[in-house]
Amino acid sequence: MPHSDSLDGYEPLSQDEFLRRVHPPGWQNPRPQSRYDLVILGGGPAGFTAAGFARRQGRSVALVERYRLGGNSLNSGSIPSKSIIRAARVLLSLRDEEEYGAAAFERPLTDFPAVMERIRRIRTRIAESYAVERLHAQGIDVFFADACFSGPHTVMAGEASLSFDKAIVATGARPRSSSIPGLDQVGYLTSDSIFDLTELPKRLGIIGGGPLGCELAQAFCRLGSRVTLVQNEAKFLPCEERDAAELLSMSMSRDGVDTRLNTTVVGARLESGTKWLDTVDDDVKTSIAVDEILLSIGRLPNVDDLGLAAAAIDFEMGQGINVDDFLCTSNADVYAAGDVCNRRQFTNVAESSGLLAVQNAFGTRMERQDQSTIPWCTYCDPEIAHIGMHAREARAQSIPVQAFTVMMQDVDRAITDGQDYGFIKIYVRQGTDHILGATIVATRASELINEMSVIMSTGIGMRRLATILHTYPAQSGAIRMAAMAFVNEPPG
Amino acid sequence: MSVEEGTSGNGSRLMNSGMQALCELADEDLLDRLQRGAFAYFSEYTNADNGLVSDTSRAGSPCSIAVVGFALSCYPVAVERDWMSRRAAVALTLRTLQFFWDSEQSEQPDATGFKGFYYHFLDMRSGRRTWQCELSLVDTALLMAGVLTVGCYFDGVGDEENIRHLSDALYRRVDWDWARHGLETVSQGWKPEYGFLHYGWEGYNEATTVYVLGAGSPTHPLPATSFSDWTLTYQWENLLGHDVLYSGPLFTHLFSHAWIDYRGIQDAFMREKRSDYFENTKSAIAIHREYGARNPRGYVGYDRNCWGITAGDGPGNRELRESRRDRRFFGYMSRGVPYGPDDGTIAPWAMLATLPFGPGAALRGTRRLLKTYPEVCLNDRFSSGFNATLQSQGTGWLSEGWFGLDQGLLLMMIENYRTGLIWEITRRSPIVRDGLLRVGFTGGWL
Repeated sequence: MPHSDSLDGYEPLSQDEFLRRVHPPGWQNPRPQSRYDLVILGGGPAGFTAAGFARRQGRSVALVERYRLGGNSLNSGSIPSKSIIRAARVLLSLRDEEEYGAAAFERPLTDFPAVMERIRRIRTRIAESYAVERLHAQGIDVFFADACFSGPHTVMAGEASLSFDKAIVATGARPRSSSIPGLDQVGYLTSDSIFDLTELPKRLGIIGGGPLGCELAQAFCRLGSRVTLVQNEAKFLPCEERDAAELLSMSMSRDGVDTRLNTTVVGARLESGTKWLDTVDDDVKTSIAVDEILLSIGRLPNVDDLGLAAAAIDFEMGQGINVDDFLCTSNADVYAAGDVCNRRQFTNVAESSGLLAVQNAFGTRMERQDQSTIPWCTYCDPEIAHIGMHAREARAQSIPVQAFTVMMQDVDRAITDGQDYGFIKIYVRQGTDHILGATIVATRASELINEMSVIMSTGIGMRRLATILHTYPAQSGAIRMAAMAFVNEPPG
Repeated sequence: MSVEEGTSGNGSRLMNSGMQALCELADEDLLDRLQRGAFAYFSEYTNADNGLVSDTSRAGSPCSIAVVGFALSCYPVAVERDWMSRRAAVALTLRTLQFFWDSEQSEQPDATGFKGFYYHFLDMRSGRRTWQCELSLVDTALLMAGVLTVGCYFDGVGDEENIRHLSDALYRRVDWDWARHGLETVSQGWKPEYGFLHYGWEGYNEATTVYVLGAGSPTHPLPATSFSDWTLTYQWENLLGHDVLYSGPLFTHLFSHAWIDYRGIQDAFMREKRSDYFENTKSAIAIHREYGARNPRGYVGYDRNCWGITAGDGPGNRELRESRRDRRFFGYMSRGVPYGPDDGTIAPWAMLATLPFGPGAALRGTRRLLKTYPEVCLNDRFSSGFNATLQSQGTGWLSEGWFGLDQGLLLMMIENYRTGLIWEITRRSPIVRDGLLRVGFTGGWL
């Protein structure tokens, strides 16, 4: 979507401007129409996309948002986290300048308020894509209110009763809380609150080594915090393959993150102004002193207080709304989209599921969500991106699989860029050139994986891929190198 | 501590200044010297009263039960090569097995073992658990591999019968099935203070011995599905131009082969890949050599004939600024290829330990190493780690002393190359055979 009112992203954009876009103060909800073709609960990426798509099809649409448009992605997820990661990466690169020939100079200290101000500016700029005016201009009725089903075809938006033919629940998810004894009393941050920090914590303890925990551990470490990352499993990013997770673990250690795997936080306490996290690693007990705690143990679908029972919509408290392959709930006229029903809680999945929910709600032909070509990325350094199957999933389904791996340290452009940590790995069904999936660990894996997305979506196999010219030198050349390794295999 | 009569290969004797430099020796003489040098480790660092062997040559080192497993397996070699009388070997073996049979098996935190398994590290004198270590599955498996080896080798009467009896009893006592903790695959260990450890095994590694010996048990076997479930985590990859069942550290491609002859026998995974574990180790070696040639991090010394990145001692956790960039070094850790970690440290014994898989490369590399860096082999015995990049006073960093695992593995691999003795012994073991068959191996000598 275009960003109409800023040229370089660095012009002053105030918090007032941000709110004007995502939840204008003093907003008056419109007078409801007698019946809507579609009512959408939630104005994050899934709901926002669904609303626009349905309007373009000529449907009457109401969208109900409880807090701010843009959802987690804009307010406390992808956008602020990627902004702080970029700041951290720039600051780190200044420490490596000598290798690139710059004369040695004193390393700059982090101006944390400036880092946070930049995040707010970026968020305000991108908020234009989600501005309420855009919805209004399309003829969508926007209600800022709590939404609650009052029957199979009615939703209360605050005091207003909205009748609908179809509805989409896209209420997203929120940070999962924890029952760690003492943690509530000591106080902790989540992704919803960490970007409101005004001072860089000297010591930051992070509970949870999933994508957000790892991203922010590395970013805050690079900004100057002493970070301890505690993960109660054997590896970080448990959904990713072992080599990728181990490479990340090494990278975080290299940056100075104190990584504690197989470690469980069993208690939190406050002593003389210091927060302590008590941990256990098998039988070894240790305590970690920190100034701030970030709890990052996953996200919980927002299904409470929605009156789902009144509309006969099945859900599970920790799992979200139950949907079939077509995103339809147990109420045949209600669909769900985004984090509230998807195992893959990513913005790209939320947007595509929003479109699909509309299509299936009103179309003549139902389509399934294609899980096989969802690319995702964890934005650490190096980034870790994946699409399709992991080798383990293939083997569990008795699919013989072979991986073709190219190390970034063997890719000319990665060497010239000084970005040669990582690899690209393409999984192929053995005996064919059919691509099952790919894992990429590289500085720009988030970009490289999209080539794999196009390749897989269009059904290009390894033989064809080996013939497709890439620029030289380019890091994406590694993808073709993997295909070349395939065609150079001795027959067998 | 020293082993009684009949032992030779004394370290100080090998330091004799009149001896020819290693790299000048003909192949057979070189192998003989290095094999005897390795065996001398067991002579010097074994408690002859109970058969326990030090993990390392460093002062205060406890016994590692895995090293005992290697030591036991080396006694038949010593007998065959006349470094040790059969009588002395039988006596020491019997004392060792008797110690393990008599020592306390209980949930007490200072017992020697529990459920037939043993703690990873034991006090050299009392034989009790030390360092609060774990009851170790893989180390017990390596110990049991040694126990089974002597049980097969010593086929005479009298004390040799007792060896066979104790070998069988020790193996039958191991409750492999308990170690699954109700799951399909096994945990890496257990602690009385905690229970089963978090850690399992993901991906191919040295745990094959655990699964094969576990499946062969007539008393408490692992179900065959344990092995197949573990193999679901395998990664078959094309790396640096070679197809391989991936595992990073070189030792993981060697440990299982010290005892079992995997040439020509295949499990379901290898049948699917039209390979076998022996051929796979050859591929892994090719990848290690190619990595050495490419030397992506620019470490001193690496090339196609200088390689051997594996688990072992290292310079210690430190960071140095060198050539305007940061270099990071690690202590004892499992290093691997090509994903790392790699800090420029090689295990000087590792190239020679690959002898059965490719004698040309193993000898060429070892000779080159001995010529360029003779300090890596003091007393005809390789150190655990060497890092030519981290220089101090004109020489690279060298691990202090020796590690028992390295010596045992090297000695056995040289022997398997020279005579195939250990492979031939374990091929006679019905337990090894049953274990292999039960997890799905067929073909070849089976």
